[in-house]
Amino acid sequence: MTEPLLQVRDLHTHFFTRAGEVKAVNGVSFSVDRGRVLGLVGESGSGKSVTGYSILGLIDPPGRIVSGSIRFEGRELVGLDPDELRALRGRRIAMVFQDATATLNPVLTVGRQMTLAIRAHERASDRAARDLALDVLKKVGIPDPASRLNTYPHELSGGMRQRVAIAVALLHRPALIVADEPTTALDVSVQAQIIFEMRDLVRSLGTAMIWITHDLATVSSLADDVLVMYAGRMVEAGPTRVTLRAPRHPYTAGLLASVPSRNPKGVDLPQIPGSTPSLLRLPPGCPFQPRCPRATPVCREDPPRVVDSGREALCHHPLPPASQAAA
Amino acid sequence: MTPTDTTLTSQDPVTLPAPEAAPAPVPPPVSPLRAFWAEYRESWIAVIALAVVVLVVLAALLAPWITPQDPYDIANLSLMDARRPPGYVGAEGYTHWLGTDANGRDLLSAILYGLRISLQMGLVAGLVALSVGTTLGLVAAHSGGRIETAIMRIVDLQLSFPAILLALVLVAMLGQGKGQLIAALVAAQYAYFARTAYGAAAAERRKDYVEAAHSVPLSARRIVFRHILPNIMPPLIVVATVQIANSIALEATLSFLGLGLPVTEPSLGMLISNGFQYMMSGRYWISIYPGIALIILIVAINLVGDQIRDQLNPRLKR
Amino acid sequence: MLGFIIQRLLQAGLVMLVMSALVFVGVFAIGNPIDVIISPDATQDIRARAIAAYGLDRPIWEQYAGFLGRLLQGDLGRSFVFNMNVTDLIFSRLPATLELTLVAVLGATFIGVPLGIYAGYRPDSPVSKGIMAVSVLGFSVPTFWIGLLLILTFAVWLGWLPAGSRGPTVEVFGVGWSFLTPEGWKHLLLPALNLSLFKFAMMVRLSRAGTREIMLTDTVRFARAAGLSEWTILRHHVLKLISIPIVTVFGLEFGSTLAFAVVTETIFSWPGVGKLIIDSINSLDRPVMVAYLILVAALFVTINLLVDLTYALLDPRLRRKGA
Repeated sequence: MTEPLLQVRDLHTHFFTRAGEVKAVNGVSFSVDRGRVLGLVGESGSGKSVTGYSILGLIDPPGRIVSGSIRFEGRELVGLDPDELRALRGRRIAMVFQDATATLNPVLTVGRQMTLAIRAHERASDRAARDLALDVLKKVGIPDPASRLNTYPHELSGGMRQRVAIAVALLHRPALIVADEPTTALDVSVQAQIIFEMRDLVRSLGTAMIWITHDLATVSSLADDVLVMYAGRMVEAGPTRVTLRAPRHPYTAGLLASVPSRNPKGVDLPQIPGSTPSLLRLPPGCPFQPRCPRATPVCREDPPRVVDSGREALCHHPLPPASQAAA
Repeated sequence: MTPTDTTLTSQDPVTLPAPEAAPAPVPPPVSPLRAFWAEYRESWIAVIALAVVVLVVLAALLAPWITPQDPYDIANLSLMDARRPPGYVGAEGYTHWLGTDANGRDLLSAILYGLRISLQMGLVAGLVALSVGTTLGLVAAHSGGRIETAIMRIVDLQLSFPAILLALVLVAMLGQGKGQLIAALVAAQYAYFARTAYGAAAAERRKDYVEAAHSVPLSARRIVFRHILPNIMPPLIVVATVQIANSIALEATLSFLGLGLPVTEPSLGMLISNGFQYMMSGRYWISIYPGIALIILIVAINLVGDQIRDQLNPRLKR
Repeated sequence: MLGFIIQRLLQAGLVMLVMSALVFVGVFAIGNPIDVIISPDATQDIRARAIAAYGLDRPIWEQYAGFLGRLLQGDLGRSFVFNMNVTDLIFSRLPATLELTLVAVLGATFIGVPLGIYAGYRPDSPVSKGIMAVSVLGFSVPTFWIGLLLILTFAVWLGWLPAGSRGPTVEVFGVGWSFLTPEGWKHLLLPALNLSLFKFAMMVRLSRAGTREIMLTDTVRFARAAGLSEWTILRHHVLKLISIPIVTVFGLEFGSTLAFAVVTETIFSWPGVGKLIIDSINSLDRPVMVAYLILVAALFVTINLLVDLTYALLDPRLRRKGA
């Protein structure tokens, strides 16, 4: 096919703190095709959210995209003029954040915030803006949207607030939505609901989505492809089915082993020993090596790419293909 | 902001995107005071300010030995020398670098003596307010219930009332004099310390270690002195720096309005006030130089306080 | 909302009662109350009659009740110096102070808030550092000293503006205002500038701190992700969010500025309440002092009340909670 919708190549986003240079994203490459859903998986501190922010050009000082390329709809976003980047944000690429309580402005009504987002990209009369807002609110499953326009965020339930945030993201029918753990702040019952609603929405609109999460279970039911990150680096990526059924990187395998639903009841969940390394002092070679059960001295060198059935892993000692490790 | 127009500065608080915050590195073991000074030294403005404060305090302390004239020995004064501009060489044969006042006093000498008085008032009032306020705040935080409510209500009410007005009223009611003025300054300022001490102590009280100390039978005094007081010192030090500067400014203001110290204790405020009437005729130096001395002192203390506050503020910590 | 208002009104009433008791104890019980009522050079006969008339031989709670009663009727005694009703005296001076304070506080807000937002938005630019330097000076340098410098520069050296006193007034609703004439503005400018500098510094600090904090929140990140321009974010999101603390401070500071005007009015010979109180202290005109205290206390209570109510109006979260 032609060029993918989004292509990220060797992205490096670093934060220049007093304590030193934090390599939050350290050489990540992936691509997303139109209408596809990519699950971006990792623990906190793995660089998955910073990757998402980098795509939208939302890295604040002292952070900076140091090198790499982000091509979207045939344009290079790294180094793009701030105004042109702004014109893309919200119109072609939108973002949904973790906690709508924190993202929606508590002192502006829902309608006002939506109108501001509409007028960021088009001249719209009050009437037209209102109609558009109502239409999108209906789409995201908000009952009685007309009366919601005049309410303040705190008057809505958590699920409703997140739906409003999703509606803001969908206003201009973007080609790509970056969703940064949009359900973690919600009740479990609401979580599942929103996840499936979003899947259906992006499918019907033909929108591609990057779903950032630490939850493999969600990814397996939602994403076409998956990318696993660890300490700012990509460790494994590929089609969701292949990758999660038989992971080849020991880290992915460890993550999978700690998903509750995959384990028999009453048995302690296996955990990966140790903790994520400081991004200031990364070990040489494979970042997972200090915690890895399969590590040997060779792991202090950069890991090779191991490719099979459309999936790649960066590992010196990959698990055997179609192994039973995850079962 | 976009990735391209970012600039890096050392004093910007570092904020990583919340969910991805990098784990803090373990600092190498240094004594806290040393570390504090090392960080303080990074701001050259603050270092200069500190040097100025030290110099001014020294000059004030040594005034009787370094001034060319004892400005309050009438025998030294000659009306011939009155209201002379800066650089005038007087009858005694020495140069009045900053000119002379209406009584023929050497202004430089008068300023150094005035600094002594201003500093003394600021320090005494600041420290008394510190002890009174801290005690009240701690008592409120420690006793809880009605006493807590009563003390803090009064403190809050007073905080909404301008300090200058309170001091003004007290001076008016108590009359003039050193003791009265200090009482007025303390009354106008203790509430800041009480608020700070109370806030910090109430926060400390909720922490585990105080609870742990409570479960082991320790005396209340021990808890306050060994556990709470050391932990609330940092915010109190910051408030104290600022309030000493404020005391000095407030005293100067009251003296300028003629409600401060008696004429026998000429602080900087009074020197400025005395020169005010000559300003209209262009004899600016009688007011201006004492004023400059006052401003340098106050601004320097405030800058030192600002730096300490920034360093102690956990919210601006990297 | 109504319950909230009633609750605050009751609180305000209680505070006023406490304040009146404090003033009563402070001036009438501790000091010699007769000094407050009649001039020190009155004859023995007048003294005795005053003691009887004001019930100073009665028990203290009865005296307090009498004091409260007179207070409620607006009878705060007569000024020795001006020989007129103290309340009338103060109210005749009030417009001058009000005018000065309003110009100063409004000026400080409308100039200080935008500058503060800019300084918070671009904390490292040289312009922001300049703004902050001015605000540090405004904070730490005593008002009277700035007043002196202003007079020296603009009145003595440059001769552009008058050094003091109020300009000609125009009667509106039976009250004289000087801000309606050009000459009045010439007189108003320096004292208003003097009085506003501290408030300006405060507004700059407040809006800078608020802006800095808000710029780092997810609210701004989300607005940026939606493609809003930086100007729109500042204008709609940030300004609305910082307006709550700013209105609070505006209200509280308006009160303290009225009081603070004491210094400015003295320096610029501005014939307002502040100058009146300094003159009364110097001439031991005690009834004026007492009345001023009570009025200022009432003013502060009223302002606190208004600020609370405005707060509720601006912050939808609070409005619901109070309902």
